[in-house]
Amino acid sequence: MTLVVAFLLGTVFALGLGLSGMTNPAKVTGFLDVGGTWDPTLAFVMGSAVLVSFASFGRILARPAPLFDRRFVLPKHQAITASLVGGAALFGIGWGLSGYCPGPALVSLVTGAPAAIVFVASMAVGLKLGAWVPGTPYPVERTIDPPPPAFDAPVAERVAATRR
Amino acid sequence: MQLEGMARALIGGALIGGAASGLLLCNGRIAGISNIFAGVLPRWDRDTPWRLAFLGGLLAGGAMLARVDPAVFGATGPRSLGRLALAGFLVGVGTRISNGCTSGHGVCGLARRSRRSLAATLTFMTTGALTVYVVRHLVGAPLP
Repeated sequence: MTLVVAFLLGTVFALGLGLSGMTNPAKVTGFLDVGGTWDPTLAFVMGSAVLVSFASFGRILARPAPLFDRRFVLPKHQAITASLVGGAALFGIGWGLSGYCPGPALVSLVTGAPAAIVFVASMAVGLKLGAWVPGTPYPVERTIDPPPPAFDAPVAERVAATRR
Repeated sequence: MQLEGMARALIGGALIGGAASGLLLCNGRIAGISNIFAGVLPRWDRDTPWRLAFLGGLLAGGAMLARVDPAVFGATGPRSLGRLALAGFLVGVGTRISNGCTSGHGVCGLARRSRRSLAATLTFMTTGALTVYVVRHLVGAPLP
C-alpha cells in the first residue's frame, strides 16, 4: 500500500511541478533574477505549497501514527550548522547556474534532453560524494529513528517530538 | 505576470503541498526529493522501495506532462553541458551536506516550522539570486 501511495503522490508532485512552471529552467532563473527583470510567479508556487502543507502538517503530526505505517520518520537535527548553511549555499549556486533543483530535473528526464540527463547524473555523483564531506550530519541511510513518543503521551508532547 | 501563469503557480503549488501532505499522512515520510533520490543510490535500505515508487511516480507525471503540454519543460535548445554537470554536482553535494532541497527544506521543513529549514531556504534563495546576478549581469553569460 505504501508503494502505491508513494507512486501516486509522486505523480501528483510531478504534475504540480510541471503545472507551476518549476520544470522550466528559464522561469526559475527569471524568478531568481531579482536584480534584473524579476518574474515573481514562482514565489506563489512556494507560497501555495507551504500554505497547504503548513495547514495540514500540524494536524497530521498530532496523530499517533501515519495511516499505513507504524510511525513518522522525521529529521531530528535542530542545530543550524556550517554544513547546513554551506550546503544550502552550494545548492543555490547550482540551482542558479542551471535553473534545476532536484525534483524538476528528475521529472525532466522523461524528455530525454541531454541537459536533464547530465544534470541528474552529476547530481547523483554529488549526493554520493557529499556524504564524505566532514561535518555532513549523517549518511542518508541513517536519517531514521526519532524515538516515537508513547501513544498515550499528551498531544502537545507528541507534536513537540515531531518538530525536532 | 499573466493571470494564467499565476493560477498555474497557485494550483501547481497546491498539488505539491497536497502530495507532501499525503505522503506524511499515509506513509509518515517527508517528500524531500534530494533525500528520496539519494536513498535509491547504493547502498539500499528499507526505505529504498517506497523511494523508488515515488521516483517512478515523478517520471510517470513527467510523461503525462510531456504528452499534454511539453512546453512546461522550457526551451529545448542546446545548453552548455559542462555548466550543467558542474551545477548538478553542486546541487548534489549541497543538498547532501545540508540534508534537503527546495522540497525538503523549502516546503516540508517550513511546514514543520523547522529553524534549520528556514535557514537553508533563505541561504539557497540568496545564493541562487546572487549566482543569476553575477552570471547574467556581471559576466554577461547566457542563462536558460
